[in-house]
Amino acid sequence: MRYGARTAVAGVSLTADEGSITALVGPNGAGKTSTVEVCVGLRTPSAGTVEVLGTALPGSASNRQRVHAQVGVMLQDGGLYPTARPLEMVQHVASLYPNPDQPAALLDSVGIDPSTRTTIRRLSGGEQRRVAAACALVGRPRLVFLDEPTTGLDATGRRAFHDLLLDRVHAGMTVVLTTHLLDDVERMADKVIVMADGAIVREGSVNDLVGEDDAIAFRGPRHMELDDLREALPPGTSVSETPPGFYRISGTLDPMSLATVAAWCGQHGVRTPDLRLGRRSLEDVVIDLVEGRP
Amino acid sequence: MTSLTRILAQGRWETRLLLRNGEQLLLTIVIPLGLLLVLALTDVLPQTTGGDTVAASLATVLAVSVISTGFTSLAIATGFERRSGALRLLATTPLTSRELLFGKAGATVVVTALSGGLATLLALILGWRPTPSALVVPVLVLLGVAAWAPWAFVLAGTLRAEAVLAVANGLFLVFLLFGGVVIPAASLPDLLGAVVPYLPSGALVEALAASLGGTAVPAMAAGVLIAWSALGTLVATRTFRWT
Repeated sequence: MRYGARTAVAGVSLTADEGSITALVGPNGAGKTSTVEVCVGLRTPSAGTVEVLGTALPGSASNRQRVHAQVGVMLQDGGLYPTARPLEMVQHVASLYPNPDQPAALLDSVGIDPSTRTTIRRLSGGEQRRVAAACALVGRPRLVFLDEPTTGLDATGRRAFHDLLLDRVHAGMTVVLTTHLLDDVERMADKVIVMADGAIVREGSVNDLVGEDDAIAFRGPRHMELDDLREALPPGTSVSETPPGFYRISGTLDPMSLATVAAWCGQHGVRTPDLRLGRRSLEDVVIDLVEGRP
Repeated sequence: MTSLTRILAQGRWETRLLLRNGEQLLLTIVIPLGLLLVLALTDVLPQTTGGDTVAASLATVLAVSVISTGFTSLAIATGFERRSGALRLLATTPLTSRELLFGKAGATVVVTALSGGLATLLALILGWRPTPSALVVPVLVLLGVAAWAPWAFVLAGTLRAEAVLAVANGLFLVFLLFGGVVIPAASLPDLLGAVVPYLPSGALVEALAASLGGTAVPAMAAGVLIAWSALGTLVATRTFRWT
């Protein structure tokens, strides 16, 4: 996928399993939105093939229509009519699908009062995201693409939206979403695809990515000399600083390792209120993968 | 679900939004009605013929209504929907771009009919008495919308919203003043007056004036409108972009 001379996405090959949640994660400009836009037919790839629900896209107008009748989309920038009211907006989108859901009930389930007469432009950003989510789901899609669906939503709204999505997924719907909220991904996604600079860096389940091994992590001054810490730790452990100021010790660890690191920090005058032993978070892994690229 | 169902759904949606927008109503209903009063009751502007002043004024006003609704207002609304991403969202639904354009054109016809109906009512109050030839006016209004609406989509589908706003309003004024709408072709400079009958504005006024004045619609005027409609549809379907 190219924008003029700039290549936004190249060599990406991904498959979303039916009835699952696939999350595209990565930094801004990684190519997540471009990938989604190609998948929903909003952009035509300069090379390669896209197949959605068994139909090649962009393809003919009838192909696109067949796909769009079974797909829901939540765009990053909303795409709502600012002068419309929430219920009439969702009702209109519903009127374009062959077997739509109940717009009022759906709005209610995402936390928007269907009887409100407030126009969309007067809703908060989070409320507008909720309306956009209802628009994405109202056509009873088999597959839904959600581009940063919970950005701007409060904690209650996020939880309600997750519950709604999980209910639909349990009923067989497939979800492909992009997000920067990696806690959400850890909680919900069956498959995670990490993108950077328009390419897939890594993919797998959350467990595949974070691994089963424990790690010790702490923050400190940048670029500290770590050789004596390595010597103090048992063989089989590795010490790294990625990104600068974020230190991680992984490998063969035990409770004594934590004490060793705490003592080393004390000797070097490093205050470590966040020193912890535990599994790496998905955020740690994604940062490592992205920062570790050549 | 058929294509017609989606076109009707989109048409209802567009009509509802159009009738709710104060600026659009000003452009499509209030200005044409005000213009009818000015033209019929004063002699500030030259008239086409020495015949029925109200009939000639009604022809002018119906043409203004068609151009303001079917071109200016439609182009601006579509341009801003494109910028807000509303068209992108619709592009991910089963609605095709052709169905969207037909839905929008349908809404334009409804609003133009409303505007034209009010103008006709006002003309009747002002003393205009229709002849049988006036029965063809609704067809001419449809033909006018068909000639103008595709060019609204050409503008809205290719330029930025702000540029659409400027160009659509600018062209509206240019056609009103120099396209044979408010100032008759005969009162314009020779060169311009010779071109006007071939413009969609001049042809529309000429056809409406003939019909409302009790004479047959000139075949050339109808032909010009059909030609602009065909050319505009061809260009619009090839250039319109959702994003």
